[in-house]
Amino acid sequence: MKENSIALLAGLLFGLGLGVSQMIDRDRVLGFLDVTGVWDPTLLFVLGGAVGVTVIAFRFVLRRRHPIWADKFYLPTKKDIDRALVIGAAIFGVGWGIAGYCPGPAITALVLGIWNPVLFVLALIAGSLTYKSLSQRNS
Amino acid sequence: MAEFNWLTALGGGLLIGLSATLLLAFNGRIAGISGIVNSAITFKKDEIWRWTFILGMLLGGAIYEYGLAFEPTPKSTFAPWAAIAGGFLVGFGTRMGGGCTSGHGVCGLGRLSLRSLVAVLIFLIAAILTVFIVRRVLGLTL
Repeated sequence: MKENSIALLAGLLFGLGLGVSQMIDRDRVLGFLDVTGVWDPTLLFVLGGAVGVTVIAFRFVLRRRHPIWADKFYLPTKKDIDRALVIGAAIFGVGWGIAGYCPGPAITALVLGIWNPVLFVLALIAGSLTYKSLSQRNS
Repeated sequence: MAEFNWLTALGGGLLIGLSATLLLAFNGRIAGISGIVNSAITFKKDEIWRWTFILGMLLGGAIYEYGLAFEPTPKSTFAPWAAIAGGFLVGFGTRMGGGCTSGHGVCGLGRLSLRSLVAVLIFLIAAILTVFIVRRVLGLTL
């Protein structure tokens, strides 16, 4: 219950942040990615602001032995730069450049009442499940 | 399009950073949206917090759009095939690469993870090249 209330609050702040910063407007994101056009620096400020907070705050948080309401920190364990990381990130980038949405803004943009974020999120789930089944078959 | 506003851009970024900090400090979890979605759709009982987080995102987006916004967010219309193709590649690639703009970007960079830095550089360069090819080489307006 406590865990869910923090998840709700954190989700709310996340969605609010993506709205306030206008990352739910894909033209702003594409305006940032289109470096040879009329460049829009918005995304740089959003990512900079967010990472500015996490770089400082995470240092203090991760100094604790465990989180305030949980037994342990659930952190990624992989450390090596492998093929999956490089190729996966590149495929993600191509999709991002085509649609102008990444997962967070796409989900938040569902409230705008237009179809493309809905199609995007459904296709995102399909793509994710496709990779999952391919990687399970190969292992 | 409305003009660039550094104050709302930075303010929105600070909110996202605060969100990621709260989730890590209280629940010990990384606010990576692709990872949250991937585990949410397994519908396991201990993954309910991920659905709560997604519900929170929708609430936050709605509070902004229908409460705080001075003007409605432009409803960018583009070819549905681009939304579908882009969504599929984003879903496939983020699962393969273990994260997206939030997991590798906001949280990974915050943890000073080299893996995440490499991922961020690669997906940014790939996205910039894609937009260049789509707009300047192919001359398409998606």
